[in-house]
Amino acid sequence: MATLRDIKRRIRSVRNTRQITRAMEMVSAAKLRRAQTRVEKARPYADKMQVILDNLSAASGTVTHPFFAKREVKKTTLVVVTSDRGFCGSFNHNVIRRAEKFLSDYTPETAELVCVGKKGYDYFKRHDFPVLFSLNDFAGNLDLAKVRRLSNEMTTRFIAEETDEVYLLFSRFESISRHRVSLERFLNIEQEEDADAGGSGVNYIFEPDPVSIYDDLMPRYAMMMVQMALADSFASEHAARMIAMGGATKNAGEMIDNLILVRNKVRQAAITKELLDIVSGAEALKA
Amino acid sequence: MASFILSIVTPEHILFEEEVESIVVPGALGYLGVLANHAPLITPIEPGRLTIQKSASTEINLAISGGFLEVSNNKATVLADAVEYADEIDIERAKASLKRAKQRIVEREEGLDFERAVAGIKRAENRLKIFETVAVEHR
Repeated sequence: MATLRDIKRRIRSVRNTRQITRAMEMVSAAKLRRAQTRVEKARPYADKMQVILDNLSAASGTVTHPFFAKREVKKTTLVVVTSDRGFCGSFNHNVIRRAEKFLSDYTPETAELVCVGKKGYDYFKRHDFPVLFSLNDFAGNLDLAKVRRLSNEMTTRFIAEETDEVYLLFSRFESISRHRVSLERFLNIEQEEDADAGGSGVNYIFEPDPVSIYDDLMPRYAMMMVQMALADSFASEHAARMIAMGGATKNAGEMIDNLILVRNKVRQAAITKELLDIVSGAEALKA
Repeated sequence: MASFILSIVTPEHILFEEEVESIVVPGALGYLGVLANHAPLITPIEPGRLTIQKSASTEINLAISGGFLEVSNNKATVLADAVEYADEIDIERAKASLKRAKQRIVEREEGLDFERAVAGIKRAENRLKIFETVAVEHR
């Protein structure tokens, strides 16, 4: 049986762990709130941009932009969005498993991988799938310069025909306890096929003309898509970490309770033993 | 005077959503004014000064770094890359980024994105200019 000292040490150590997990839970909760408002506040912008794009597609008819180009697919790019840090339950695992499933249909010749977040990068580096490049150290914050870099890199490669389609794989934030791994087509951007279906039926004046507006709009649209995906993923990451750490804090609490019971029993046993010694010693003297 | 709803949205938040009488926007082909019941319109926005006439006596000035204007159904939406109220412009930051962008061009940094550096200069100069002109007008 463990000695009293061992148990006391154990309790102290679990208590420390609980303190840390509790702190992490609270930090994640605060970060989650920020990330969540960011997701919500970015939505009107995204929606409006979609409206403009739909109207533009509807009105411009045959005019197209290179981002819409549909080609025979020789090379596919998958952008996998994971977190930089762990301690977030199955968050990364879910994304990586989905990525593996996706990649099982491809070979390193027909697909390439771009990682956002260290966890995904580390995993695929170990598992022999070539990673084209990776963007790390977001630390759960949206860095617009990095978003722009990622978006530009993808669109440049797409236009240069180094890749023929690009997918984003990320965790979509639905609620604090629900985030779904989601695969979204990034490039080519799908255009409303039917000119009448898109748009709101309003006859817009385009100034100067649809083509130049496309040139201005599409890079921003691409960046917005990447930004939304990352914002969703970050919110999900913080939510996952908050829940994982909340669970850990609870488990640590239970463990402490159990250990305290054991400690009390051991201490009682020691006292009983000592009493017995004293009593039997006294008895022996009397005799 | 007839009014319409103007909303200014950025990727970060909705900055403004109120009834206004008119706006003047730096469009791709030059500054253009929008009054109530304007015809549906979509146009890119250049860096410049966005003036909102809220009523005959209140005028609001903003610095905008680019984006889009969409007008339909007596509602105008400005999609802005970045936008600030003229009196909230961070002058020190604008000066610093102007200096940084100029330095980049002078030093011909490795892998320099020339267009972006020029755009950065435009944005910073725009902020400084608007801050100054609006301050002068208010005096």
